[in-house]
Amino acid sequence: MADAPIGQKRLVVGAHYGLRDWLSQRITAIVLGCYSVVLVVAALLAPEPGYYGWSGLFAQTWMKVFTLLAFLAFFYHAWVGVRDIWMDYVKPLSVRLALQTFTIVWLLGCAIWAIEVLWRV
Amino acid sequence: MSELPRKPRPQFRNIHVSQILGYRLPITGVMSILHRISGAAMFLSLPIIVWLFDLSLTSELSYATLMDVTDLVFVKLILCGLAWAFIHHFFGGVRHLISDMHIGITKESSPRIATVFMGLSLVVSLLAWLSIFGVL
Repeated sequence: MADAPIGQKRLVVGAHYGLRDWLSQRITAIVLGCYSVVLVVAALLAPEPGYYGWSGLFAQTWMKVFTLLAFLAFFYHAWVGVRDIWMDYVKPLSVRLALQTFTIVWLLGCAIWAIEVLWRV
Repeated sequence: MSELPRKPRPQFRNIHVSQILGYRLPITGVMSILHRISGAAMFLSLPIIVWLFDLSLTSELSYATLMDVTDLVFVKLILCGLAWAFIHHFFGGVRHLISDMHIGITKESSPRIATVFMGLSLVVSLLAWLSIFGVL
C-alpha cells in the first residue's frame, strides 16, 4: 500500500504544503509585525489615558479592520507553527491527530472570543 | 603500518531529551529554540490573553477589574513572561525574515546577527518589565 506508485513516473509522497506554509508564515508574520508596531505607537499616542483612550482606539473602523486582519493572521500563523511542533516531536499518528484537533478547537475558540470582543467595542 | 587502534568514528544522531542540558547550542540555536518556546507559550496562554483583551475593552467597569487584576504580583509576573515571549518572538521573527533575504547567513555573520537580536529582545523585554512594575 505504502509503495503503490501514485502518478506516472515516481512515488509521490507528502502533502506538498511546504512552500505554502513557509510563505504564509512569512506573510502573516509581516502583518503581525506591522500591527504590533502600529498598536504600540497608537496606544502610546492615545488622546487620553485609561478606558476611553484605549476603547476609543478600537472603536475606529481602520483599527477594527486592521485588528481583525491581525487576528486572522495570528490564528493562521499559530496553526502553522504549533502544527510544526507536533510534527517534529510527536510521531504516533493517533496522538498527533488528537493534538492537532485540540489545536484547531483551541485556536478557533479563542479566535471567535477575540472577534466577539472586538466587534462589540 | 595500519596497526594503530582505530578510534570509533563519532556518530551524530538526533539529540535525546536527556542530553538537552549537556548540549552546547550555538547562539543561533538558542535564538531558534526560544522562538519555538515563546510561540508555544503564547499559544497555551491564549485564553489569558483574550480574557485580558476582553476586560480591557468591554466596559469601564471591566477595565477597572483589569487594573485590579494586574495589580497582583503573580499576574504581573505572568505579564512579564508573556511580554518576553512576544518580544522575543517578534525579534526572532525579524531575524528569520532577514535570513530569508540571504543577509547574514555565513558562518561568521549569523552568530553576530543572532547576538544582536538576542540583545534587542532582552533590552526591550527589560523595558517592558519595568513598565509592568510601574517603574517606567
